[in-house]
Parts: sequence; C-alpha cells; structure tokens
Amino acid sequence: MKNEKKQLLVSALENGTVIDHIPAKSLFKVISILGLDHVDNQMTLGGNLNSQRYGKKAIIKISEKFFEQDDINKIALVAPEAKLNVIRHYEVVEKKEVQVPAEIAGIAKCVNPKCITNHQNVTTKFAVIPKDEISLKCHYCEKITDQEHLELL
Amino acid sequence: MKNKSLVSINDFTKDDYLRILELAKEFEKDPNQNLLDGKVVASLFFEPSTRTKLSFDTAINRLGGRIIGFSDASSSSTSKGESLKDTIMTVANYADLIVMRHPLEGSARLASEVSQVPIINAGDGANQHPTQTLLDLYSIQKTQGTLENLNIFLVGDLKYGRTVHSLLIAMSEFNATFNFVSPPELRIPDEYKQFLDNKGLKYYEHTDFEGIMHNADIVYMTRVQRERFSDPMEYEKVKNVYVLKRDMLEGTKDNMKILHPLPRVNEISEDVDTSDQAYYFPQALNGVYARQAIIASILGLK
Repeated sequence: MKNEKKQLLVSALENGTVIDHIPAKSLFKVISILGLDHVDNQMTLGGNLNSQRYGKKAIIKISEKFFEQDDINKIALVAPEAKLNVIRHYEVVEKKEVQVPAEIAGIAKCVNPKCITNHQNVTTKFAVIPKDEISLKCHYCEKITDQEHLELL
Repeated sequence: MKNKSLVSINDFTKDDYLRILELAKEFEKDPNQNLLDGKVVASLFFEPSTRTKLSFDTAINRLGGRIIGFSDASSSSTSKGESLKDTIMTVANYADLIVMRHPLEGSARLASEVSQVPIINAGDGANQHPTQTLLDLYSIQKTQGTLENLNIFLVGDLKYGRTVHSLLIAMSEFNATFNFVSPPELRIPDEYKQFLDNKGLKYYEHTDFEGIMHNADIVYMTRVQRERFSDPMEYEKVKNVYVLKRDMLEGTKDNMKILHPLPRVNEISEDVDTSDQAYYFPQALNGVYARQAIIASILGLK
C-alpha cells in the first residue's frame, strides 16, 4: 500500500530531470519560465506535496530533457532553492542547484507603467538584487520590481 | 568620456563630474567657441520642454553647431506610430549627437543601445535628467567655492522630484549633510535614506519649514504639485507651507544660496528674487555652460 502510493506520486524516470523543492505556489511559474508548456516530453507534475522544509512543495519530472545551468538560473526568481537531479538509466548522475544570476533578460515584466519596456517592443532586462527575497532593478527605467509585484512574461 | 552617452547620473563618476565642471568654467569665461563647426546635433523632444530645449539650443549655437529635430512628438513620425528604436536609428544616420527628451522612463537608455552616436538624456519621464544635476553641481561649486562638506536643504516634493534624487546621489560623493523638508505625503523615499546610511552621511527630516535654515549652505526648492496628492485636502493643507518668503532669510548664512530647477509657481515669493541669496536665474544660465561642457566632452572636442 505504501509503495503503491509512492509510485503514484513519483513514477520512475529512465532518462531526464527531476526538479524538486519548488515552492508549491511557484509550480506553474517554473513551468512557464522553462517553457515546459510547449514541449512534447513526458512529464509528471506534483503539486502541494507535503514537505518538511516548505510545508507544501511541488515537483516536476520530465523525461529526456536536460537543462543548461543558464536555463536553471532563470527560475531563481520563483524557486531559488530548487534542486535538480539529472537521471540516466534510472540513476541520479548529477545534482544541480539554482544559482541566482546577476542579470536576467526577457523573463519578468517591469512594475513601472511608465517604463519604455511596457510600451514598446523591448526585451526587459534587470539587475538582480539578492536579498532574502530577490528583487529586480530595471536596466531601463532604474525602478525596482519586488517579489510582491513580480509578473512573468 | 568620449562617445559615451549621458543617460543617467549613475553613469558618471566623481572625476567625470569634476571634469565637466572644470570645462563649464572655461565656457563661462569664453562662451562662443566654434568647436561644433560642421557638426549636426539632433534635438528630439518627444514631449515639449521649452526651458530645457532653449538651454540646449543656446549651448549648441554658442558652440557653432547646427540643430535638426522637433520640439514635440506630434510633429514627428512618432505620431504615425514609429517606434523609438526606428526614430533613433534613422536620426543617428544624420547627426553627430542626439539630445532627447521623452515621456517614457528608460527611453534614453534604450536609445543609447541602438544609436551609433552618443545620446544625451534631456529627461526621461520621472527617471533621470542628468544635465540638470550637472548644472546644479556647477551652481553649487560656483557659489560656495567647493562641493565638499556642505549642508544642503532639499525642500518640497522629495518623493517624486527626480532633480532632488539625482542631486542627492551626486552630492553624496562630497560628504554633504542633507536636510529634507517636505509634507509627510512627499517624504524622501526610504531607498535614498538607506543609500545615505550606507555611505555614512548625515541627514535630517523636517515637516516644518520655518526657523530651521540658519546653517544651510544651499536651499534647493522644488514645486509641490497638486496632482501628487491622493487626497486633495492634504494638498490644501500643505500648499502654502513649503513657500520660501523673504522674512525667512533672516539669520541665514551669507553664503547661503537658493536654487530651483524652474519653472517656479508660488513656492518662492517674488520678493525673494531681489535678495542676494536668490540664485535660480543665474542657475539657469549655468545650465548653458554645463551643457556646452557636456557636449564638448562627449564629442571629444575638449
């Protein structure tokens, strides 16, 4: 019974990546940032799973998909403590962590309604201000977008 | 600094400021220099700003340059829906330098990234207006003989006033003490107080304006605008509080000067204008020298 339950939650992956320790509320943001809503790979999503560390966490298991460090770092905004396990032949062959990048481009929207990036076709660009909760300083209008106002593109 | 755009006051170092001020002094002594002979400067005002435009036009004319451009977006292709990027890429073909004013924040940074010629930001929304800051610095240096260790009073709208924020950043390089005088609704934002804390600089906040200026070296006045208040009653309460009147100058230091980015509405009584401490009109003239210095410096002519 116990085993069956475990299998339902986390089916084994032959080759691919497990992204664990995603805050439950950030699951769909992570999916969107990594573009997983536009791929054909097999995927298992777990939402609102119990976690000792977060209370509720989410997990993504995706088959035949491997991420570059740059891609992984993009989710620092919403899941800075996520851990990635790279699986080959059912074995974890590598563990990767998210590193908060110094700069991000094209992921988030500037909070300032008068910012040029909200009016013309310009890729947004921010300097990342690392604090407890990451905030972003717009490269263009120099205004700060905090976690509370963070909107992803 | 050659070929470097001036978009934000944060782009320049203390040495850069001082070099510009040195050059401004030279232009004040000898304003008519034909350094821009054969050069074309584009002056693109996507929103009207007569005062700033006239100041730049004067600076360019005194340097012997020619000007192309427009003074409001309705007379440009922007009104046909052209993007800023396209306008800048086109005009950069024609001119050696672009001076631009735009209502959207970050527009000058974007322009500097797509233009092959340097950009001077003449104001991008509420964000930056770096030539104003340099002319303010020049005015302070000229009247005080130094920029170091001064006591600066900033009065009025300290929340939205971009001139105030940029001046604070620039003067923080010179061990200034700041006194912030504003209605509670328009207090200096916390990020600037944090910035001063990090630099170990002293500052004081006041909501009363009378009887506090005895140790001021510079009193920098700004306009308290009705549209900044969410509650019109609040505006009515404070609109006459942050007005500088002649009798308030009694007991202030002789070297104290009153600055204002202009236009003034009612925040400085007209009877202050004849005081030796009033400096806002000479300050505007200093803007021409400062802009000459910035243009000459960016084009590598000095």
